[in-house]
Amino acid sequence: MKQALIGAALLALVGLPWLVDPYALHLLIITGIFIVAAMSLNLLLGYTGQLSLGHVAFFGIGAYASALTSLGFSVSVTPSVAIALAPQPVWLALLVAVAAAGLCGWFIGRLSFRVRGAYFVIVSISFAEVLRLVAVNWVELTQGPMALNNIPPLTLWLPGLGEHTFSKKPENYWLVMAAVTVSYVVVRRLVHSRAGRAMIALKENEPLAASVGVDVTRTLVLAAIVSAAMAGAAGGLYAHYVRIIDPDIFLFIYTVTMVIMVVTGGKGTLAGPIVGGLIFGLLPELLRALAIRPEVQWIAYAGLLFAVLYFLPDGIVPAVSKWWEPAAGTAPATRADR
Amino acid sequence: MDQLLQHSLNALMLGGTYALLGIGLTLIFGIMRLVNFTHGELYAFGAYMMYLFVMLLGADFFVALLAAIVLGAALGAAIELVLLRKLRRADIDTTMLVMIAAWIALQNGEQLLWSGVAKSIDNPFPSAPLVIGPVSVAWNRVFVFAVALALIALTYALINRTKLGKAMRATFQDRDTAALMGVQIGTINTATFALGSGLAAAAGALLGPVFVAYPTMGDSAAAKAFAIVILGGLGSIPGATIGGFILALVEELGAGYVSSGYRDAWGFLLIILILVFRPTGLLARKERIG
Repeated sequence: MKQALIGAALLALVGLPWLVDPYALHLLIITGIFIVAAMSLNLLLGYTGQLSLGHVAFFGIGAYASALTSLGFSVSVTPSVAIALAPQPVWLALLVAVAAAGLCGWFIGRLSFRVRGAYFVIVSISFAEVLRLVAVNWVELTQGPMALNNIPPLTLWLPGLGEHTFSKKPENYWLVMAAVTVSYVVVRRLVHSRAGRAMIALKENEPLAASVGVDVTRTLVLAAIVSAAMAGAAGGLYAHYVRIIDPDIFLFIYTVTMVIMVVTGGKGTLAGPIVGGLIFGLLPELLRALAIRPEVQWIAYAGLLFAVLYFLPDGIVPAVSKWWEPAAGTAPATRADR
Repeated sequence: MDQLLQHSLNALMLGGTYALLGIGLTLIFGIMRLVNFTHGELYAFGAYMMYLFVMLLGADFFVALLAAIVLGAALGAAIELVLLRKLRRADIDTTMLVMIAAWIALQNGEQLLWSGVAKSIDNPFPSAPLVIGPVSVAWNRVFVFAVALALIALTYALINRTKLGKAMRATFQDRDTAALMGVQIGTINTATFALGSGLAAAAGALLGPVFVAYPTMGDSAAAKAFAIVILGGLGSIPGATIGGFILALVEELGAGYVSSGYRDAWGFLLIILILVFRPTGLLARKERIG
């Protein structure tokens, strides 16, 4: 029965492009991309307990790396020496994006081992802001505020279809759905693995975890690399879907959006970022439909965040699953199972 | 050489206000263990209060400055009482997120109230600069510097010479013991947040008339305050004072000799360098990691 319900829901999701108008589909695509980013943030925030407020850095690095690799670029190091790259296939560009973001994740992961708590929060914000200012000012590479235009859409070889270019909305929708599914499976497998249990142990009690042999540095760095690579992939998908990116992609407010999605849905739960992502991805449009000004809309956002923090501090998913499965007689589920 | 002197003088003038911002933030972190994301909004609030009183109501500049500072402190006290009082036992992540929500609400409230157009604020000082040998400085900046120094001195006196200051220092050192000794932690938290917010509003009220007031002006101010506080070590008031002047100097020299486009990046680069090589800040007395 439960499986039939899930199957029906999935079928409805796959069939959505025939049911809704293109604008709604566009919203769902963008929301899906942000859900992937929120899932990657959840790995750090929810499972290892590291509040990374520079997460949009990885998203932006992915977007810029993928866009620049697929467009090609030429920058002069000295007046006579220049580094140039011819345009590359988009699938390769996406891989470069994942690798570049993962590398930055490694750096931030090493750093998070040195500085904790409030310090890590501030250093992660600074990291994203420095990248934004570089993107604004290094005009030769990034076009600065003029933005990178005409980014090619993703082209993939698909079984049965051959070379296929994802230029229309329905196919991008399915692509993003696949990305969400893959990310979900990756996070789920990681969290249920030995490394994932080590991450949760670190969050719950670090000295105890270390004393029973959890390698703190290795675990944190692994979580940061996987998380950053996922966010980079989301950024790459974003760049090739929207096809124009500017330095505003690094704005702090996007990190805040991701954090709100994770915290509202339920940090440290598998479904949390999806639930939170759907709410905060689609809510702005509902508010806009009510002819509400963007400022008021943001204030409503803040109000909702207050409500969640004061009344549902664990988020929506844990609250619902508590209500769904009364604790009587059943063993308490671990956080990772929800 | 003259250019270097001029840059240093500019940095000195700016550093006073930066120190005010940093001291406010570091006090709140040190005593309340709270990363305060509304700090920049209180700065913007100060500037907009100057706009309200001087430009819209035609009040005297100096009276307006005093009113802006007092109202900033009152807003800070209100934020603490309404939003933070219930969360005294909550972890640092929760309070941080509450402050982020407050930041979003305040900034968009400012945008709604004052519109996105930048507002300039008149000041009563002569426009001819004060010339000292090879360098010169505008009179309004001299005034800003003098008031900033006076406020820093007042804050030091409050912390070191009054009973309230003693209770604050006790709470900073050991919250539970201070509570056992009869210190009302709730009152100390409110007073601390009001003091820190008042200092941020003062910085905004001082710099608003020098530059212009606009709704997102708080963001770069908050970023600078964080850089200053990290530079000096979280919770260290002397560190924040020195950090303010160092950041102003780095920004001025960076903008003057390297690239003005990166002016706002220096603070962040300093944060990263400090945290990589000396995570405890420049003036650290105790272990601050972990």
